[in-house]
Amino acid sequence: MPEFPYLPQTEVEIEEMLRAIGVKSIAELFTDIPEKFDVDLSIPASADEFTVLRDLKELSQRNSNLNDLSVFRGGGIYKHFIPSAVQRIAGRGEFLTAYTPYQAEISQGTLQMLFEYQTMISELTGMEVSNSSMYDGASACAEAALMSVRINGKTKILISQAVHPEYIDTVKTYCFGGNIQVDEVNFDRKSGQIDLSDLKSKLSDDVSAVIVGYPNFFGVIEDLREVRKAIPENVMMIVSANPTALAILRAPGKLGADIVVGEGQPLGNPPYLGGPGFGFFASKEAYIRKMPGRIIGETKDGEGRTGYVMVLQTREQHIRRNKATSNICSNQAFNVLLASIYMSLVGPKGLQEIARRSYDKAHYLAKRIEKMDKVRPVFTGPFFSEFVVEFKKDLSSLNSKLLKDKILGPLDLGEFRDDMKNHGLICLTEANRNEEIEFFAGRLEELE
Amino acid sequence: MTIFDATVEGRTGFRLPEEKSYGFEPIDVLPEHLLRDSRPELPQVSELQVVRHFTGLSRKNHSVDSGFYPLGSCTMKYNPKLNEEAASFEGFSQLHPYQPEETIQGALELMYNLQNSLCEITGMDDFTLQPAAGAHGELVGMLLVKKYFELKGDTSRKKVIVPDSAHGTNPASAAMAGYDIVEVASNKDGRVDLESLDRLLDESVAAIMLTNPNTVGLFEKDICEIQKMAHDRGALLYYDGANLNAIMGHARPGDMGFDIVHLNLHKTFSTPHGMGGPGSGTVGVKTFLKELLPVPVIDFDGQKYRIVYDLPDSIGKIRSFFGNFGVLVRAYAYIKTMGSDGLKRASEMAVLNANYLRSKLVELIPTAYSGICKHEFVLKGTKLISEYGIRTLDLGKRLLDYGIHPPTVYFPLIVDEAIMIEPTETETKETLDHFAATIATILEEAKENPELLKLAPHTTPVGRLDEATASRKPKTRWSKGS
Repeated sequence: MPEFPYLPQTEVEIEEMLRAIGVKSIAELFTDIPEKFDVDLSIPASADEFTVLRDLKELSQRNSNLNDLSVFRGGGIYKHFIPSAVQRIAGRGEFLTAYTPYQAEISQGTLQMLFEYQTMISELTGMEVSNSSMYDGASACAEAALMSVRINGKTKILISQAVHPEYIDTVKTYCFGGNIQVDEVNFDRKSGQIDLSDLKSKLSDDVSAVIVGYPNFFGVIEDLREVRKAIPENVMMIVSANPTALAILRAPGKLGADIVVGEGQPLGNPPYLGGPGFGFFASKEAYIRKMPGRIIGETKDGEGRTGYVMVLQTREQHIRRNKATSNICSNQAFNVLLASIYMSLVGPKGLQEIARRSYDKAHYLAKRIEKMDKVRPVFTGPFFSEFVVEFKKDLSSLNSKLLKDKILGPLDLGEFRDDMKNHGLICLTEANRNEEIEFFAGRLEELE
Repeated sequence: MTIFDATVEGRTGFRLPEEKSYGFEPIDVLPEHLLRDSRPELPQVSELQVVRHFTGLSRKNHSVDSGFYPLGSCTMKYNPKLNEEAASFEGFSQLHPYQPEETIQGALELMYNLQNSLCEITGMDDFTLQPAAGAHGELVGMLLVKKYFELKGDTSRKKVIVPDSAHGTNPASAAMAGYDIVEVASNKDGRVDLESLDRLLDESVAAIMLTNPNTVGLFEKDICEIQKMAHDRGALLYYDGANLNAIMGHARPGDMGFDIVHLNLHKTFSTPHGMGGPGSGTVGVKTFLKELLPVPVIDFDGQKYRIVYDLPDSIGKIRSFFGNFGVLVRAYAYIKTMGSDGLKRASEMAVLNANYLRSKLVELIPTAYSGICKHEFVLKGTKLISEYGIRTLDLGKRLLDYGIHPPTVYFPLIVDEAIMIEPTETETKETLDHFAATIATILEEAKENPELLKLAPHTTPVGRLDEATASRKPKTRWSKGS
């Protein structure tokens, strides 16, 4: 029998334990399973740590990682600077290997961290209440749609086609489950913002909510005030936002949003091929009892000491079962920890500076591109750190050439929409150094 | 003290590179009403302050790394450090989901191999790695059921059957897929009551959701009969894999006749719970449901690993990108380390540990069901009320003073004053002996001084917290001067 570092039982102990149980063998502990289910698993046998790590390292090196590339690609996952302290503190086993904080007295670290996180998300979104996370931006968006239906009892969701296409698809899948109709609203081909007249034409008494991006998938900043004006008061406005952009954009809560969601990855989380990040989820206080997910609140113990607990658990599946506001149980608490540490380190000034630099660099590159012959910026609407350009030549072959120069070039929107062939979504963040931008612009000039 | 209370205007824990600005300002383009009108009130503290704050918070947590965590149905096994090491490789953590296929062949190969390993372990034909958690996997499973009957043109099946001992997520997930829930009773042995099931199982039932071994830690011996009944009447059989840790290498849900399976990689496959997430709730299916899986799927053409979106009958997308890839890396590392022999051994030791601890505790508190258990067992705490006037909750809270995480209490719902214990295979015999001795000590305390238990815990950072008031008027965010 090989040795297993995670299995402490010695042969002597096993004999002793079997005697205490009153059986003769391990096999006797499995006699309740019909014999015909016996199976020999056809997967490789066990291995030592060093061999496994060597093999996995080799596998990881078959990927080109972002640290070796100049990254001009976003589309929902962004490369930002992450201070060393984030991973170093978060890696503590007391965070990593704790369960859901059901036992509040020995989970105050988790609970206070989540309470502080909720405060930070409330600040960024301008909403009164934040929950303690959803799986990702897309599922948060879908859960927001279901929540609006729970609140106003209507049965149709309108979603802008300028929302991230994977979010649109996720909303549709969740709504298929809930027997809710989803209609897409066109975007204005000139501005890249939601087409307000198309929105108005699709309004009806059964519309529960309208979902828009802020900025949207094309990087364009929706005018939330105008969207709010265009829809009746009893239709909810759900905003899917980029949290970095919220450092400099007017908080959606101040522009009439009812629910604000988004992907939290830009806040201190490595890209990880798109997961795990986390979905943030915030709403008006009036709707707190209709919210999905865990919510943390402050309270006191018998001696008057301040402490934190999960509140309104009667909304949740472990108590309310099929009448719960959602089935969500596990969330993305550890990724929220990364975000909390990150936001504590960068502070208000830091986050605003990160947003401003992303904006500045993106606008500089956009101006450079405007002067090029065979490339055309597509939308006129104001943008944050991403923008769409149309290439005269084949974008995928351009991207292959750029990759040879270690540049991860524009996201090919033709992969998402047939009517956007050779349209590229270019993304910049504070992590794009000026010299990289010059080099990228130079290569575009040469290659186009 | 919160991190907000430590704020001093002008302090920071962050510095960006010195770089020339290009001079583009949002204020030049954006209308005023879209510009932020007040600074977000994030903390303003130094790096060391942040480090001390979060280190301080971490010390207020119990965790697997700090002590015994016999939380029933949660499989709080050791989370190997090698998994963390592997997940931290920049060739895994620094990947963009929209990188070209040819630049992420290693990641795709890992996912493809993991899919195949999970197929082999469960006896299923195909897997999706996308669901982010167990409940997410259940939702995917129920949507697969819905889509399957929709494609068949069978619109009459509106119900899903779940046992009364099921996890709360089962009925909640089925409800999210639009199903009505019917509960099937457990019999006095703690297993699904076949007569009740027979009565409930008609043409209106789309699926039965089962956990096997079930939540009281018993193997559903009648699984073959249940399988036959379900399939004869056209219903699908769904396997909640929360308890797979008991049977690896001994039985496979696919061989038992299950059509859909979800696994919690954060339970059986040792990825850390991370205070409640991220998890991974991968879903396996039999071939006839393969075309319905969420997109994208990972495929291999003999040369290259490919990301496939073109699946016309797919239920669609259930989240963005590929799933919690970082979690998948950890689970893959675990399967590589344990291998076929180690996984089987892990299940055997989990069952051994559970039965051993059960044999020690049964002298102190009666078990809810007799006979050999699998990876966990349930005690019935009603004796605590009748003999000492204390509740299961009080026993649990007193355990905190001894540095032990309480078992799951008041679940499953079918056992009064339930105490559900899952020691897992990674705990030593000494730890189990110590736990049993501690329970004995606490019962002595209960005899002599029940108040000690009712007011427990005494040594934790805070005592029992007022949850009722906290929920009546929730204070969910910090504010100045409060």
